[in-house]
Amino acid sequence: MTIVFYREVGQFKTSYDADEAIFPIAQDRWSVIVLVAFAFLGVPLFAGQYLYTEVLIPVLILSIAAIGLNILTGYCGQLSLGSGGFMAVGAYAAYNLALRLPETNIILVFLFAGVMAMLVGLLFGLPSLRIKGFYLAVATLASQFFLEWAFARVKWFTNYAPSGSVAVGRVELFGVPIDTPGRTYIFVLAITVVLTIAAKNLVRGRIGRMWMAIRDMDIAAEIIGIRPLHAKLSAFAVSSFYIGVAGALWAFLRLGSWEPLAFDVNRSFQVLFMIIIGGLGTLLGSFLGAAFIVLVPIFLNQLPSWLGISMSTAAISHIEFMLFGAMIVLFLIAEPHGLARLWAIAKEKLRLWPFPY
Amino acid sequence: MLGPVLETLIGGLMTGVLYSLVALGFVLIFKASGVFNFAQGAMVLFAALSFARLSEFMPLVIAFAFSVLIMIALAYAIEFLVLRHLVNQEGIILFMATLGIAYFLEGFGQAVWGSDIYKIALGLPTDPIFILESVFPGGLLIDPAELIAAIICAVMVLVLAVFFQVTRVGRALRAVADDHQAAQSVGIPLNQIWLMVWAVSGLVALVAGMMWGAKLGVQFSLSLIALKALPVLILGGFTSIPGAIVGGLIIGAGEKLAEVLLGPVLIRTFDLAGGGIENWFAYVLALVFLLFRPQGLFGERIIERV
Repeated sequence: MTIVFYREVGQFKTSYDADEAIFPIAQDRWSVIVLVAFAFLGVPLFAGQYLYTEVLIPVLILSIAAIGLNILTGYCGQLSLGSGGFMAVGAYAAYNLALRLPETNIILVFLFAGVMAMLVGLLFGLPSLRIKGFYLAVATLASQFFLEWAFARVKWFTNYAPSGSVAVGRVELFGVPIDTPGRTYIFVLAITVVLTIAAKNLVRGRIGRMWMAIRDMDIAAEIIGIRPLHAKLSAFAVSSFYIGVAGALWAFLRLGSWEPLAFDVNRSFQVLFMIIIGGLGTLLGSFLGAAFIVLVPIFLNQLPSWLGISMSTAAISHIEFMLFGAMIVLFLIAEPHGLARLWAIAKEKLRLWPFPY
Repeated sequence: MLGPVLETLIGGLMTGVLYSLVALGFVLIFKASGVFNFAQGAMVLFAALSFARLSEFMPLVIAFAFSVLIMIALAYAIEFLVLRHLVNQEGIILFMATLGIAYFLEGFGQAVWGSDIYKIALGLPTDPIFILESVFPGGLLIDPAELIAAIICAVMVLVLAVFFQVTRVGRALRAVADDHQAAQSVGIPLNQIWLMVWAVSGLVALVAGMMWGAKLGVQFSLSLIALKALPVLILGGFTSIPGAIVGGLIIGAGEKLAEVLLGPVLIRTFDLAGGGIENWFAYVLALVFLLFRPQGLFGERIIERV
């Protein structure tokens, strides 16, 4: 007897609400609920410090950044190489607010980080009204280098720290210190869940359709009455907000102390890799891509010791570069639409399984 | 005051020529295949590393010949292993693939050739030349190595221009650039053309790598020079060889002048910890140009239809 559990047979939609649900298929809905519940309740039962600090927390924070970039690049079609710079804006905005108004609630600090990044994003999004494609991508690099430079050179941002590196003290929420990896994880997870739900509702609503219309063909979208100014700038704003929050989380809860180099152009490429490998224009892809990008280097680092080969660190880093590059190329050749497409194909197969069609 | 400024300007123009050399490689590939080749910087590094290490135990000319062969082999490998499998994909996918190639080449180059700083001794004269001594006190200082680089660059551009305009292969390249399908339908073999264009831009990368390597030493940071070539590209237009040259000159001169003239002003007004505005000035300059001419100075006009 084969198990035929993934069928939507018998699930009738009797209202518009049911028709417009995020997960119209009951099995999908329940598996997501179970997954989130497991992440909140199940993971802390067995996770150790290494799993928290090296895997789960980075994956979650970078997922938020990836969602942000995915909104801009995947949904609105504006290629950006400036994510690192916007993460830096978030990080330094949060640092300065926490430093100058130490009584501020940490949630407000992160919100402020997002809002500041949003304002800067709006400013650097203005050229997108004139220029497109790879020209825009290079233009966003301008924001990356400018912001990186500004945080390295303008002393006020780093509170006149002589080394240029800044550190945050204790982070606490309503009097509860967020100091153990377990608490950090729960906090980051909660923020991720909230932001993901918000993003899902944005992209499936009116504004998301506006972005997608601009992405698919901007002139046609303009003709049917979508204002490119609104669509593009709102995408820049929302995207920068997410990336700014991710930057603040990364700085406060992952790094603790940092310098502008933590948000250099390689960080931008890293986030871009995530959404391309995960899948452009899917929220699921943001998570899968972030997990992939975080896990692969860990795996590659462990590989020599598993195989019992001893190598110099330089050789390992060279081989890591090579393998990483080769994997990206292989991946693009095998599935240009990313991990999310693989998942969709697997789901489609599962619907029919065990029958051929 | 005018003397030092002019000197900075000339120094900037010379550096600009070197930027142009890197940008030229980008333009060649973008023109012929529409691929935004991010690996150009890694190719410069790889070519320079090969040449530097080979020239340690063989004469320069033979080392150059071997490096040319290596770059052609690399072009073949890229075409055979990567591009062939990505025909008809979107631009962003191809761009990502070249990012992957860039990572691979950076790792591979250093794994094979080593990751120290290597010197390239081209035997160029190093004594500075002074010109216009009658006009300015002390004259203007010019680095002869940079002058030679500028001349080599000019020759390369001329050769490439002739190659594109006159030869049969050049015509085929332009046809492919205009329309892949139409070119294919009149019997132009796409794969060979791509191979050719990657080989030529590998060659340009080799020359650029030799020049930069002779100036700065061959090291990992050479691959970052590609990032400096990007504003040159958007300034000049992705599809224009003269654009790459003029753009390089403007960027080179602009950023040096800005560092000297604008830098101190900024430091004083905003109480900065040092200048270094070179890092972003080129981009901002290019961005300002873009706001007025979205396709760059010499880029093809973008005609949009629904």
